[in-house]
Amino acid sequence: MEALISGFFNLQILTEAAPYLAQGLAMTLMLSLVAVPLGLAGGLALALASTSRSRLLRWSAVVYTDLFRAFPPLVLLLFVAFGLPFLGFKPPAFIAVAIAFLLNTSSYYGEILRAGIESVPGGQHEAARATGLGRWQSLRYVIVPQAVRNVVPDLISNTLEVVKLTSIASVVALPELLYTARQVQSVTYNASPVIAAGLIYLVLLWPLVRLLSRYERQAVSIR
Amino acid sequence: MQGLIDTFFNIAVMAQYLPKVLEGMVITVLLAIAVVLTGLALGFVLAVVRSAGLRVVNVLIVLFADVFRAVPPLVILITIYFALPTVGLRFTGFESAWIGLSLVLAAFAEEVIWAGILSVPRGQWEAARSSGLGFAQAMRLVILPQALRLTIAPLTSRAIVITKNTALASVVAVGEILYQAQAAYSFSYNPSPLTLGAIAYLVLFIPLVWLGRWVETRFAWKR
Repeated sequence: MEALISGFFNLQILTEAAPYLAQGLAMTLMLSLVAVPLGLAGGLALALASTSRSRLLRWSAVVYTDLFRAFPPLVLLLFVAFGLPFLGFKPPAFIAVAIAFLLNTSSYYGEILRAGIESVPGGQHEAARATGLGRWQSLRYVIVPQAVRNVVPDLISNTLEVVKLTSIASVVALPELLYTARQVQSVTYNASPVIAAGLIYLVLLWPLVRLLSRYERQAVSIR
Repeated sequence: MQGLIDTFFNIAVMAQYLPKVLEGMVITVLLAIAVVLTGLALGFVLAVVRSAGLRVVNVLIVLFADVFRAVPPLVILITIYFALPTVGLRFTGFESAWIGLSLVLAAFAEEVIWAGILSVPRGQWEAARSSGLGFAQAMRLVILPQALRLTIAPLTSRAIVITKNTALASVVAVGEILYQAQAAYSFSYNPSPLTLGAIAYLVLFIPLVWLGRWVETRFAWKR
């Protein structure tokens, strides 16, 4: 028990680690604040393309989505981080991570939003057009708002995954929460910072997890 | 153009490291199968135990599910592999990845299967019990067959996501595809092995993405 406390919950080491962990947390939050909106925007574009009337657009969206959903995100990240320099463009770690996240998360958000758009009855679009709205206006004011509302639980679930996924940025030495925790661990030979990082993720994401459980229960009980 | 091909699709380099990447594919497949089997089995057991309605046990199960859904898988793997040895628990990289990813899959599977069990109307329970079936018989013959049908689609997509997470095992020195590709990349200082690794992942996961899409439409959660 003594060993467990000094090895995992060592207060002295945690006090020293705290400022670094705080910096790491700030980076994790910033990365999430970039990755989630980028992914949503890319996903919306993909969803619109995959429900458009142009066959070319539809097929490109399907190919893009299947391709980037097949790659594990870490593979994509290393490919971008190690591959781009050979094309003569050496991006800073943050940019490399942002590019990899855009490619990966937009394909997931795209699938979710496509399902949302397809769940809106066709009559809605026809009615919107009949009242004089243009095609874009109909999308913007009638279709997309209903589509998003229909898939809120899935969007939250994916957002939770994206925030958790930011931890892989540690592999390309971006100083986010996990990376800083591991740095402090390797300096102090003590696992407390990594355990603390895990607890920080837990505190940060626990409300989302609870919210999702509630949605899941509602989804099955209203049937 | 030739330069691009020599850099990313260098046949000589690819041929040299192909055996290593194939070795990695075997490890990836083994790890994925092990994780899916133990993860789903554990999640199933936890969901069934939860429906027995023992308060203390249920609090522990919910706590387990929340922790392993909120903490990023990479943090969990690193904790098992790098932190547990400091208190005398030592696992190989493969064991760490197997245990860690199984626990994550179990947490998600437990929630999904539990939601499925909840979706079966209460009257089914009461009718089964009053016709003389015991708890286990009612569960096995009446509740689970109805509950599990609903869980097929979400469980399949979860299982596919978790098999992609096997790439994280490269961080704890498991010789799977990404680890081999990365090692080859740093030996040859040429990103072609990474391309090869990416192709290996496509070969394994494109069929899974298609399977997931088919299952999603075939066994949709909503009716």
